[in-house]
Amino acid sequence: MTEAEVDERIRALIEPFNKKGVTITNDTTFANDLEFDSLTVMDFVAEIEDEFDIIISMNQQAEIETYGQLVTAVHKLQGS
Amino acid sequence: MTDSATQTKTPGADLFAKFDPIIQTRETLLASGVEDPFNLVMEKVLSPTRAICNGRDTILLGTYNYMGMTFDPDVLDAGRDALTEFGSGTTGSRVLNGTYQGHKECEDALKEFYAMDHAMVFSTGYQANLGIISTLAGKGDYIVLDIDSHASIYDGCAMGNAEIVPFRHNDIEAMEKRLKRIPEGAGILVVLEGVYSMLGDVAPLKEMVAIAKNYGAMVLVDEAHSMGFIGENGRGVCEEQGVIEDVDFIIGTFSKSVGTVGGFCVSNHPKFDILRLVCRPYVFTASLPPSVVATAATSIRKLMHGANKRAHLWENSKRLHAGLTELGFEIGTDEPQSAIVAVIMPDLERGAAMWEALLKEGLYVNLARPPATPANMTLLRCSLCAEHSSEEVETILSMFERAGKAVGIIS
Repeated sequence: MTEAEVDERIRALIEPFNKKGVTITNDTTFANDLEFDSLTVMDFVAEIEDEFDIIISMNQQAEIETYGQLVTAVHKLQGS
Repeated sequence: MTDSATQTKTPGADLFAKFDPIIQTRETLLASGVEDPFNLVMEKVLSPTRAICNGRDTILLGTYNYMGMTFDPDVLDAGRDALTEFGSGTTGSRVLNGTYQGHKECEDALKEFYAMDHAMVFSTGYQANLGIISTLAGKGDYIVLDIDSHASIYDGCAMGNAEIVPFRHNDIEAMEKRLKRIPEGAGILVVLEGVYSMLGDVAPLKEMVAIAKNYGAMVLVDEAHSMGFIGENGRGVCEEQGVIEDVDFIIGTFSKSVGTVGGFCVSNHPKFDILRLVCRPYVFTASLPPSVVATAATSIRKLMHGANKRAHLWENSKRLHAGLTELGFEIGTDEPQSAIVAVIMPDLERGAAMWEALLKEGLYVNLARPPATPANMTLLRCSLCAEHSSEEVETILSMFERAGKAVGIIS
């Protein structure tokens, strides 16, 4: 799967979590722009993990602050 | 030279700035005139269930003194004797000069209590989790844990180098999915709790332990809130659900049913004892005082024969749960699953008001708030004691009724 395809699928997954309808760019942050709390993060991460059949450990989550970083990380974890 | 020595740097950020939000929350709460829920002083302790708190005679319903061992005459005698014969403290690490006869006797009592080959006593329950988890799971290993795990479990994860993979609370399927995705050959430690202390709910250990074993994981179960009264021999939820043989490590504490302070890990793993040399929170701290291990050992041995007390504690838990439900309070679990009955409050303000109203009635409960609680809940946590009389439980219910109506939580 290309990074563009990963991006497209995550964009669809994030929709229900983007309660305020924030315009998402690569620089959009989860904590500040999207105001995700720890519970939302858990649910959102679980959705992505199931969709791509991967694990995003808490150690890896700590390194991911922006939408762009997430897409890159998922693409890499996918190993394709 | 002299010039640069006198140069001043621009001042850095105030290191306390990060605490401003919590300072603000606290000030707002106290400005409403409520007694500070996190600054209570017990001036006198009359029994396992009664104390003078902030000047009032108070029923204690927010301690972890489940089995009421803190004033047991045999326990107190053992502590006094050890204090006289071995002194007030060991002034040393377990691996140097800090292992006394009493520490070995305490570990022997634990081995007998759990019918396991090895026992290791730590200075606190927190350190037991911190030490065992951070030492066992290293770089390249995986720790799979329930998202609602206790702070000591998370801190053990943070201190080690393993990959940390949480799953939704008590969700068997979510746990299995994550186990399935872990790369072949990686070491896995699954960390579960018997009773989760915030809502007092029990884990489906029977299913979870079986699945974990299927994926070749080692399993650690924290039985802090079940020791002494859940399971036929009080060994915990893993005993009650028939999976204790498949659990690799049980973590526990002396600060709840045992009635003093300290922590432990028991295991049948043949290499277990090497942990004494490689586990930093075990090595780099002073061992428990002789009086503490003597009271713990005596208490543990008495808990082996505590069937009647256990039965009464369960009666208390069931009565309180049913009574509060009838009054119209929302409880954390539909059925009583442990000695913890968690009453859900609508928000922190009304939770604090209810807490204060109960204190003025002469009842102490635990006010629990985020981040300690799941789902941002504010809870009034009631933990029962085997020494609460049936009459006391009725008194507690009438206190809840008056306070709940006064604060407007129930009608």
